[in-house]
Amino acid sequence: MPDYAWPDAEHRTFIGKRVTRVDAPVKVSGQAKYTYDVHPPGLLYGKVLRCPYAHAKVVSIDTSVAEKIPGVKAVHIVQGQGSNIHWAGDEIVAVAAVDEPTAEDAIRAIKVKFQQLPHLVSDAEPPKGSAQEQGPLSMDNIGDMLDNQVPTRQMVSNIQQYGVTEKPSEDVLKELKDDGAPDPVLEALRSATVHPEAGNRPPTNYQKAATQTVGDPDKAFSEAEVVSEGLYGVPVITHCCLESHGSISEWTDQDHVFTHISTQNVSGIAGQMAEPLKIPATNIHVHQDNIGGGFGSKFSPDRWGIFTAEISKKSDGKPVRYMLERDAELKVAGARPSAYARVKVAAQKDGTLTAWQSNSWGTGGPGGGGMPPIPYVFSIPNQRQEHTAIRNNIGPARAWRAPNHPQAAVLTMCALDDLAAKLKMDPVEFFGKNLNLTKARENSYRDELAIASELMGWKEKWHPRPEKIDGIVRGVGMSFHTWGGRGHASDCDLTIHPDGSVELKMGTQDLGTGTRTCILIVAADTLGIPMEAIQLLIGDTNYPPSGGSGGSTTIGGVSSSARRAAVDARDALFAKVAPSLNAQPEQLECRKGQVSVKGDSSRTLSWKEACSKLGAMPLTVRGKNPDRSKPPDLTNSGVGGVQMAEVEVDPETGIVKVKKMVAVQDCGLVVDLKTAESQCYGALIMGISYSLYEEKVMDPTTGRMLNADMEFYRLAGLSDIPELIVHMMTGKGYDERGVIGLGEPPVISPGAAISNAVANAIGVRVPFLPLTPDRVLTAMEQKRGA
Amino acid sequence: MRPFEYVSPSSRSQAIGLLGASWGSTEILAGGTDLLALMKDDVVAPKRLVNLKDIADLRGVSSSAPGTRIGALTTLGELADDENIKNNYPALSEALLEAASPQIRNMATLGGNLCQRPRCWYFRNGLGLLPKDETGKELVATGENRYHAILGNQGAAKFVSPSTLAPILIAYGAKIRLEGPKGKRELPLEKFFVIPKDENEREHDLRPNEIVSEILIPPASDVKAAHYEIRQKEAFDWPLAVTAVALKMQGSNVQSARIVLGYVAPVPWPSAEAEQALVGKPVNKETAQKTADAALSNATPLSHNAYKVKLAKVAVSRAILKAASGGAA
Repeated sequence: MPDYAWPDAEHRTFIGKRVTRVDAPVKVSGQAKYTYDVHPPGLLYGKVLRCPYAHAKVVSIDTSVAEKIPGVKAVHIVQGQGSNIHWAGDEIVAVAAVDEPTAEDAIRAIKVKFQQLPHLVSDAEPPKGSAQEQGPLSMDNIGDMLDNQVPTRQMVSNIQQYGVTEKPSEDVLKELKDDGAPDPVLEALRSATVHPEAGNRPPTNYQKAATQTVGDPDKAFSEAEVVSEGLYGVPVITHCCLESHGSISEWTDQDHVFTHISTQNVSGIAGQMAEPLKIPATNIHVHQDNIGGGFGSKFSPDRWGIFTAEISKKSDGKPVRYMLERDAELKVAGARPSAYARVKVAAQKDGTLTAWQSNSWGTGGPGGGGMPPIPYVFSIPNQRQEHTAIRNNIGPARAWRAPNHPQAAVLTMCALDDLAAKLKMDPVEFFGKNLNLTKARENSYRDELAIASELMGWKEKWHPRPEKIDGIVRGVGMSFHTWGGRGHASDCDLTIHPDGSVELKMGTQDLGTGTRTCILIVAADTLGIPMEAIQLLIGDTNYPPSGGSGGSTTIGGVSSSARRAAVDARDALFAKVAPSLNAQPEQLECRKGQVSVKGDSSRTLSWKEACSKLGAMPLTVRGKNPDRSKPPDLTNSGVGGVQMAEVEVDPETGIVKVKKMVAVQDCGLVVDLKTAESQCYGALIMGISYSLYEEKVMDPTTGRMLNADMEFYRLAGLSDIPELIVHMMTGKGYDERGVIGLGEPPVISPGAAISNAVANAIGVRVPFLPLTPDRVLTAMEQKRGA
Repeated sequence: MRPFEYVSPSSRSQAIGLLGASWGSTEILAGGTDLLALMKDDVVAPKRLVNLKDIADLRGVSSSAPGTRIGALTTLGELADDENIKNNYPALSEALLEAASPQIRNMATLGGNLCQRPRCWYFRNGLGLLPKDETGKELVATGENRYHAILGNQGAAKFVSPSTLAPILIAYGAKIRLEGPKGKRELPLEKFFVIPKDENEREHDLRPNEIVSEILIPPASDVKAAHYEIRQKEAFDWPLAVTAVALKMQGSNVQSARIVLGYVAPVPWPSAEAEQALVGKPVNKETAQKTADAALSNATPLSHNAYKVKLAKVAVSRAILKAASGGAA
């Protein structure tokens, strides 16, 4: 059995070193092509008529004038008469025309009558007693869930758990199927328990989620020596991808589609387009070279990706392009659910945590949303959680980098930091004392906490919360986070040609995280040749499928499949080369572009000479992950990190400046130290943005998003980004764990760390992110008034 | 695309002749940094654009005994680099460099900066300058007004005047020269800005058939001036409050003062209350604070912007202290 295991430190050429990303030159010189850059000849431009109302029914649609406009090639009703619309900006009609202005004219010429319905866009604390227990689902509920793109698994579980109000007829099921209901949902509906009496319940915006209790919280609170209570929260923010969502689709013949799409999920797109387009997935060719941000919002072709292909068909198969406009991108292409909580935490005088109680709420739009995993990281022995999901009309939520974790970090770490302040304990000591509650990760956290403290200069910078402040003040804060990150399924083909050239094909994508670089590092390290000697092809459904880039699973998947392919290819090459070196294959090694007999430098062939022994045919092997037939498991799950922030606050203006951030992070065996660090830098910057600036602002009267632009949907600029220090945990205790993803973890803690630093600076908690001047001033005023 | 005529006259009189009798049908195009975005967002839909960029004598800076003349087409970038402005009006130079981004400053003109439309997010979303719903309910008063006016907001106009240059120009005593079919007229810059009472009015006194030709700033050698801006981000962000101050001193006491607030009202807001509070007094933390309190004594914050009263006071007090200590750094 070949040894697939990762080489140890002495036997690595590239793995774990600081390697510059291979696509840096094309990116910094503007040569890298993004989906947004694709303009094939004969391209038609798509535009979309969007609903201006937050909640409405489509009464009628008249497209007759638009259809007659010269240059308009197709008009396609996305949500027809009778459709229920649940957020402003939802798609009603799409058109394709010879240029964008003509498409816009067509949109303006379409007359849609809406019946406005009452809406809710607030996610303020639910009125007492307003939350309804979840009950059986009506067919309208099912339709709404489909409209709102609720994941299949969640729909099935809800149907199984709560039942339905009526038994659906086969006609109704067929209708649902036509509306896009997947088979598992239809199956669940067929076998669901029917509760006809529940059909008359009035709809509600507030849905009680499960109440959880661990241990005996009542007893623990009654016996507590110190209890701290507070209010914490994070609003809805958007993904704000700098390259908006969208695609270009064309029918290359009667039943084949070619799609360029901005996606995190190249290999998974065709399967999602097949059913709505009524062609086999094999007939859908998907391609993407580079992507300008996804952050969890680009796994699906989306409704617009489907209708782009549909209107291409109506336009003689000509390529049709629809990339979302900036405002649409911010309104409908994804948002992170809000989370707020009233939290009570208890400890003994020595800081030992004993109890947690939280009453939380939040919204993920029409679907409501779930409770973040609180208390986060620290498994406090006695807990009670109650959560209310708010269903409202702000637009749909999508996975946002580390779904639910940044919210959980704020709700937990801010509450614990307030408790530490009440105990008059240094948070390093307080959190350190409770690290046993982090279970499996205790030792890593302890090491990371010590390194972070050192890098921040915590000892010199931390001070108890001030009673009174004067002039510009500084403070420090910290947070902990965790994530899974096991490698996803990934296949690749590695080919060695007789002329010595090497090619690796994999249907993955590089989100800008360094995936290309890391695949090349693994293959080159294993084959003993330079990275430049390998041609890497990714981003296409013509290559072996590799999973979507979500949940920090890419690096584990692609590095494992690339390693197995490279080991097998290397060994197959050795088998062919061994006779000419008068050796057994297992005696050979390849290093620095040479194949030689171990310990005998006289018996050596150059890589090119060695490959010529392959004969006429190239050698191709398939690498897979997971692959139990080729142990060991090269990936793993479960990482942690500690982050610290230092801020400066102007107490007169309430303006917060982040002065320094430290991220200490583990992720098993680091493939490329440089891009791993970059991943953390990017996460800190994104974290500063959501801590200080980002918020989806909704107008209560019109139900529209008011800041769907980049003037008032603020992101940190260069001068808002301070000194950032990243330390990756490597070496013993980490390397042997295998490769683990890093996309999510470093973006989890900044909100809590920055909020805690502000509390340390001004002596009072600013309850909600973002930490805007008005919120900071209000918190300080309330403290003075208290 | 909504069709429109594009005309590019080469003289002022030609340009004036091409302008319309009412707002909306004709718009003046200078740097385009505001107008083009408004057109793309379908907030305005003019039938004709009159491009001024081919009118050479609308650009440039010249100085003479009565002061400095700035052509309305001069870009913010050119002005910021102008030696005369840097030396004689350092607070204006500073305000220029704080505006927008280098790319925008290279396109945006001074005339356009003064005539730009409000950044109010209701207006920019196409809900109107004085936004109301179908029932006549005022959207701003009952909605998200965190960035809206705290002074001069008793009428339907609740937006804030968007120019960050107007306050310091007014403080320096600048005049604006307009040209129309009946010839030229000149008015103090503060009189140029008006609070619209209905949807068809604009935020300034420019008539639909007039152009802004020049800004005139009197000599300021005996003036201590400062511009102070509070904004959340370090750069490329709209301010939350602005104050410009120009002081003339007699010994250690203030002989006369111009104190002009920005981003607090639908117009740049010269504060007579503040000026009265400061004249005859020395400048120190206490008098600056009292002046700031006076400037905001009539503030009428909306439901979500009381914090702006505090910010505006800080801006006033810091601008005064900055002016007295030598102005622009």
